[in-house]
Amino acid sequence: MFYREAGQFKTSYAADMAIFPIRQDRIAMLLLLAFAFAGVPLLAAFHVPPFNSEYLLRAIILPFLILSLAAIGVNVLIGYCGQVSLGSGAFMAIGAYSAYKFNTGIPGLWLPPLPTLASILLGGLMASIAGIVFGIPSLRIKGLYLSVATLAAQFFFDWLFLRVKWFTNYAPSGSVSAPELSFFGLTVASPVEKYLLALTFVCVFALGAKNLARGNLGRQWMAIRDMDIAAELIGIRPLAAKLSAFAVSSFIIGVAGALWAFVYLGSWEPLAFNIDRSLQLLFMVIIGGLGTILGSFLGAAFILLLPIALSQLPAAVGLKISTATITHLEFIIFGSLICFLLIKEPLGFARLWQIGKEKLRLWPFPY
Amino acid sequence: MSEPKSAPAEALLSLENISLSFGGLKAVSDVSFDIRKGEIRAIIGPNGAGKTSMLNCINGFYHPQQGRITFKGRTRKSMRPHEAARGGIARTFQNVALFKGMTTLDNIMTGRALRMKRGVLWQLLRAGPALREEIEHRRFCEEIIDFLEIEHIRKTPVGKLPYGLQKRVELGRALAMEPDLLLLDEPMAGMNLEEKQDMSRFILDVNRRDGTTIALIEHDMGVVMDISDRVVVLEYGRKIADGVPADVQGNQKVIDAYLGVPR
Ligand SMILES: Nc1ncnc2c1ncn2[C@@H]1O[C@H](COP(=O)(O)OP(=O)(O)OP(=O)(O)O)[C@@H](O)[C@H]1O
Ligand SMILES: [Mg+2]
Repeated sequence: MFYREAGQFKTSYAADMAIFPIRQDRIAMLLLLAFAFAGVPLLAAFHVPPFNSEYLLRAIILPFLILSLAAIGVNVLIGYCGQVSLGSGAFMAIGAYSAYKFNTGIPGLWLPPLPTLASILLGGLMASIAGIVFGIPSLRIKGLYLSVATLAAQFFFDWLFLRVKWFTNYAPSGSVSAPELSFFGLTVASPVEKYLLALTFVCVFALGAKNLARGNLGRQWMAIRDMDIAAELIGIRPLAAKLSAFAVSSFIIGVAGALWAFVYLGSWEPLAFNIDRSLQLLFMVIIGGLGTILGSFLGAAFILLLPIALSQLPAAVGLKISTATITHLEFIIFGSLICFLLIKEPLGFARLWQIGKEKLRLWPFPY
Repeated sequence: MSEPKSAPAEALLSLENISLSFGGLKAVSDVSFDIRKGEIRAIIGPNGAGKTSMLNCINGFYHPQQGRITFKGRTRKSMRPHEAARGGIARTFQNVALFKGMTTLDNIMTGRALRMKRGVLWQLLRAGPALREEIEHRRFCEEIIDFLEIEHIRKTPVGKLPYGLQKRVELGRALAMEPDLLLLDEPMAGMNLEEKQDMSRFILDVNRRDGTTIALIEHDMGVVMDISDRVVVLEYGRKIADGVPADVQGNQKVIDAYLGVPR
């Protein structure tokens, strides 16, 4: 009844092309952003539960935001351009280690330690370059074979960061710690500050990715995904389209990797970015919805929250389940959900959300 | 409807001695014909005659082993697909080749891809020149959507559309390229009479209004005789007749080919 667009006529193409063409969506989005940017810090400052707990911000919302960002990157490549990659973890690692190197200075290249923001963005750039290089085979090989090639990238970089001590500044343990985070003179240290930092990155990148995806470049990606031969015959160059998707995707993933290391983990080892991470990101975009920005958030939320829910719920209702069983349960739920979605609804949760909205538009009338 | 054109127009495309084979199978052997500026040229022939292969040679999807292709005065042995697209050749496919996950509007907008020049950074901001460009091309595509009478499915993913509408969207995507030469591979296959009439009207309109040259493969003889200016007939990869519809219709070889007279 309230969610309806009746009477909202669009009088220009610009209005029809707006990111949220329906007024109610626009208002909801503004409220959500206002709550995220102003409400949450205020509630935390006044110790209002549940935002008084550091745990919620630090251990749930922060990883959710950063992994959503990485999932957006993965979605650009897999969801929009149709190039299945199993190397996302490696590109996160490249972002993280490059940012670390830029942030601590590279004497060999006469580079002084760079500011945090510059380091993070340069980390993304390095990942982007690596993405282009590892994307080149996509011009020749497709589908499963391409995934195997990206898997090779994953193992190569795992090995590189573990064995080549230069990347870790010769830290004896192999684990590195991020220097203090400072942005234009402001130090970011408390959970709320870190939360705001990640939130800003996610919002800016999500908007940018959405803009690219619904513009000329995004249409070229989707054309390549849906039928590369037809795309070529209307003049789209597969080389440019695929490599640009690899570049944009790995840039976003690289930045997410740098944030994961610097902001969430603080100190990390190569294990943080192994094949498990790649698979986790892949599951996020499949479950959330291939080819939607919204789906990246939904998928990240689901994958992060399910284990927490599984570990809390049985205890809450008085059931005793061993942690091993819970882990198994997790796998079973993920596995069956992915099979179900791939067969029934490849657009994932995002599509279910849309169907829900369409139903709501008509509500309370069935037609 | 084959009024003689006032002046004999020059050839937009000419094919000389084209031969194409797949392994041992000769799909096209030594075929020559031309397509004049502004005409509707039909290519007909029984199943497997090599009609689609011929179109594939024209827009660079197949590379003929022999022969020469002259398009807009430039002679080549074969083309690359994106060269053909850039040169102004657009086409539709026998079994619709749309981007199934994209909406009707987005499919048609991809036809403008080559004409959209704004850089990635502007697209990232979706502001200023990039937004203006996007709106300008949107307007162009909306005109095509109006013309093809598919306003109601503008935002529907094309994978869900019935076949007849998909064919229309595919024509729309080709028109969005503003081609000089439009290749249509069985645009009316599987359509009922009414849909065929609509499609014929669109094809004639495009030809008359925009002066677009059209090469069309079609099995429905009624349609072919009605809308085409000249017809070339293929059988077993060879050209067996070429001329205005009335001549071709009376040609004994053509009659035999269609009736399947053993030779
Ligand atoms: N890619 C290919 N590989 C192998 N053989 C092919 C290929 N494309 C076409 N052929 C063969 O070439 C011959 C001509 O095919 P083509 O598709 O050009 O015929 P057509 O005239 O379009 O027929 P139809 O009316 O059935 O569409 C056929 O024998 C076909 O099997
Ligand atoms: Mg054919």
